[in-house]
Amino acid sequence: MSTFIAITISGLALGAVYFLIASGLSLIYGLMDVLNFAHGVFLTLGAYAGWAVAAHLPGLGFGGVVIAAAAAGAAVAAVTELLLIRPLYGRPISQILVTIGLDLALVGLLEGGFGSDSLSITVPGWLTAVTAVGGERIPNGDFVALGAGLAVLGALTWFLRRTRYGMIIRAGAENRDMVRALGIDVGRAFTVVFAVGGAAAGLAGLLNSVVFSGALVDPTQGDQLLIFAFIVVVIGGLGSIAGSAVAATGVGLVQVYVTFYAGSGAGLAQLGNVSVVLVLAIVLLVRPRGLLGRTA
Amino acid sequence: MTTPQDGGLTTVLGRLAHRSVTPAPTLPPPGRLASPGSRTRAVTALAVVAVFALIPLASLVVPWVLPGPVDVLNSAGTLDVLGLCFVFAGVALGYDVLFGFTGLLSFGQVLYFAIGAYGLDITLTVWNWPLLPALLVTLAAGLLVALVLGAISLRGSGIAFAMVTLAFAQVGYYLIEDNPHNLTGGDTGLAMSAARLPSALVGVASTRNLYWLALVFLIVVYAVVWLVTGSSTGRVWLAIRESERRAEVLGYRSFPFKLASFALSSLIATAGGIVYLLLVGTATPDAVASTTVTISILVMVVLGGAGTRWGAVAGAMVYVYLQQYLLKIAAEPSFGALPAVLRVPLSQPSFLLGALFILFILFAPGGVAGLASRVAARVSTRRRKPQAEPREKPVE
Repeated sequence: MSTFIAITISGLALGAVYFLIASGLSLIYGLMDVLNFAHGVFLTLGAYAGWAVAAHLPGLGFGGVVIAAAAAGAAVAAVTELLLIRPLYGRPISQILVTIGLDLALVGLLEGGFGSDSLSITVPGWLTAVTAVGGERIPNGDFVALGAGLAVLGALTWFLRRTRYGMIIRAGAENRDMVRALGIDVGRAFTVVFAVGGAAAGLAGLLNSVVFSGALVDPTQGDQLLIFAFIVVVIGGLGSIAGSAVAATGVGLVQVYVTFYAGSGAGLAQLGNVSVVLVLAIVLLVRPRGLLGRTA
Repeated sequence: MTTPQDGGLTTVLGRLAHRSVTPAPTLPPPGRLASPGSRTRAVTALAVVAVFALIPLASLVVPWVLPGPVDVLNSAGTLDVLGLCFVFAGVALGYDVLFGFTGLLSFGQVLYFAIGAYGLDITLTVWNWPLLPALLVTLAAGLLVALVLGAISLRGSGIAFAMVTLAFAQVGYYLIEDNPHNLTGGDTGLAMSAARLPSALVGVASTRNLYWLALVFLIVVYAVVWLVTGSSTGRVWLAIRESERRAEVLGYRSFPFKLASFALSSLIATAGGIVYLLLVGTATPDAVASTTVTISILVMVVLGGAGTRWGAVAGAMVYVYLQQYLLKIAAEPSFGALPAVLRVPLSQPSFLLGALFILFILFAPGGVAGLASRVAARVSTRRRKPQAEPREKPVE
């Protein structure tokens, strides 16, 4: 039973990382109909920014590392929106394609600059230590990831419900042209949405490295995660933050449970990943628009 | 030359598709044969094919064909690179059927390429089958998987379709990495056993024959795609691309047409995987099964010009050639002397190709083919207004 608790917490932590990625993807899609393939490299850049601060500015502490990751993600995302997405407004396929090109180019640049091997992030000792819960030793990183996921869920909900930008974004997702006709600058909301999504992605990239990859960063880690984040977004329903949260939790738990209980025998090591895809197929067969997706 | 109307698979599929609905309006016959430029184009195409077919016989020294000590046109290195270009040109053309002609954005094309490469590899190497049954079973497997998974994925449209195809391809990648029953060789891949291959395709002297094989593959794919996209089925694909609802209102059930497009495109990818394996001699998950390959194929088609046949071919040829060429340049000793600001980005083909791709999307959305037709239009009639940029329908 105690093992079950430990696995559940690990699954929830993984779900939290998925939520951080999926919430940005879903916000961007909901407002702008852009499926952002460059989100993967936003994650990776966040992790590299964290690595750089931890390696070169150790005086800033882990707080500095976290802020650097989120800030790097936000900055790159905002620049992407301004330079690449904005000129292609009204051409949705081109917008998707341009993010694919950006992902290719930036991953190539990271491989050229830092090599394709993993780099190790220096993390404080308390993060890798364990806490005993009900007789089971649980890595502190799991709690950090879970806390970050809940904090971002809370902050996003507050931002969308209570702030002026949040209102513009929700209204824009409903009917962009009407919002524009009322004299509101939707373009600025696009940049804000990209920056918010990028910040969450940068944070997720750092957390994924620190909590799930042994504090290692490498140039393709974001693209590996992105596929699961896409699955989460589609299961949850494109454009729905609540759907992303539910789906992220479910996917994280399914992946961790199946991986643990199937063992690592021949042909079974990837069963956790395969089962996630099966969940996606079933959800789409039953509800083609995802769990909480809006109707067309 | 058979005309598109006189039967075959496409018409059968077409009949199946609108058997159960109100009579469909008859389409005007494709106007390809009547167009005045068709003879010139046929001659050009024949000339291009002839030049490529003769390359293995020409031991000309062409500086800068490839960087390195050997610049001979028919050296093994050049032929290998060109053979790879042909394989991906065929696969890209197959993807163009789905994406360019039917308007379906799939992110799972690599799955069928992997079935081709690993299917032949496993049947030949692990099970020691003779070549012919191995080929037939591999092709049948690709088609069957395409029909089943295509039918499931096509329940979603737009982004959902793209994501489901991506997810299925990812399952294929995981299975191959997992190495069930020691079939796939896992991460390190599976080298092909040459025991059952005809002698013409084995050994050092085979380079030339494999080159021709890849060229024939491309020509066959081109001919099939040319026939099918010009047929009545191809016209329905275009109608679905422009507006699926309108096509349905006109009396066409879109699902069988979309599934046919998916199946043809996947079958071509499977055949491409087979030729790839024969050419390269080994299958590894990263080279034939990872999503990176799908992205490359998509980039090739868009670079060349989606929805145009020769554009997809040209895009793939340029992409693969540049990729190989840039890798070899980066390995040159003199390259290391460059300052890091230049050396780091220039050493990464994926950076250069990604950047080139972004520039094309921003400034030349029709790809190479779009650029060419714009230039041609400007040359032929100076007064004509430049063509409008391709319209995109919203993604659901």
